[in-house]
Amino acid sequence: MSDIADKVKKIVVEHLGVEESKVTPDASFIDDLGADSLDTVELVMAFEEAFSVEIPEDAAEKIATVKDAIDYIEKQKAA
Amino acid sequence: MFSLSGKLALVTGASGGIGAAIARQLHVQGATVVLSGTREPALQELADSLGERALIAVANLSDAAEADGLVAKAEEIAGQTLDILVNNAGLTRDTLAIRMKDADWSQVMTVDLESPFRLARAALKGMLRRRSGRIISIASVVGTTGNAGQANYAAAKAGIVGMSKSLAQEAGPRGVTVNVVAPGFIETPMTDVLSDGIREKLVGSIPLGRMGSPNDVASAVTYLASEEAGWVTGTTLHVNGGMAMV
Repeated sequence: MSDIADKVKKIVVEHLGVEESKVTPDASFIDDLGADSLDTVELVMAFEEAFSVEIPEDAAEKIATVKDAIDYIEKQKAA
Repeated sequence: MFSLSGKLALVTGASGGIGAAIARQLHVQGATVVLSGTREPALQELADSLGERALIAVANLSDAAEADGLVAKAEEIAGQTLDILVNNAGLTRDTLAIRMKDADWSQVMTVDLESPFRLARAALKGMLRRRSGRIISIASVVGTTGNAGQANYAAAKAGIVGMSKSLAQEAGPRGVTVNVVAPGFIETPMTDVLSDGIREKLVGSIPLGRMGSPNDVASAVTYLASEEAGWVTGTTLHVNGGMAMV
């Protein structure tokens, strides 16, 4: 797993207070990890801060799973 | 009742009549208060009279960066996270609309509406995470009734109400409440300049037969800041002696 993936996972565990084992790539923040809409906004803001990236509103809306977040950030970092 | 022991409160415009009364009452209930304003000597004097648990943070809220940074600054000097934000700072640039300059409009919007938003936004980030907090903004009866000569001020104060209702909906699921206190005519240096004739007429329109005191407003803020007001959000508490029953 990449550094980015590790860090994303850590942030999710911390913010949502879920077991690390549940934070699989396909886990949906809302359906599997018990997040509400405010949680997802807070997560996106935490990602922005941790990775020094800006995630615009339309991109943020498409980030539904752990993998979505990792992919988006990796793409931004590679650019 | 209404104990605020251990809580940190930030009061903007604390060098003014109403702001000082708010700070004083929150302090009496046990809160640590950070007094913010532009006039350092006045803030320092108030802090000295309060004694312990009173700190000052000078800030000019017409400056976006200073408004954005004030919550963090207050938390830093107090060494604890913010529990209660009181958006009290405000200014007026009264004149009839046909004579109103762009600057009269924009200054009032910046200080009376935009800076409360900046402060609330900064405060909410931590409050949502901690799942507790109180945001109380001081509006005005004229935000509801309108007032000739105050198109800018009335618009900003009405804006505070709409903003607070929206924030209340966003923050409600985290137990953070957002409310408004709307004072009527209050005895302050701002109203001292009114002529006796105007004053008599104003008092005549108030069923309770007197102008309000800064403490009348501060009591409403103290209530909304308390644990006891935990199921009250998105509301506007009118403190106006019955002048406008809305």
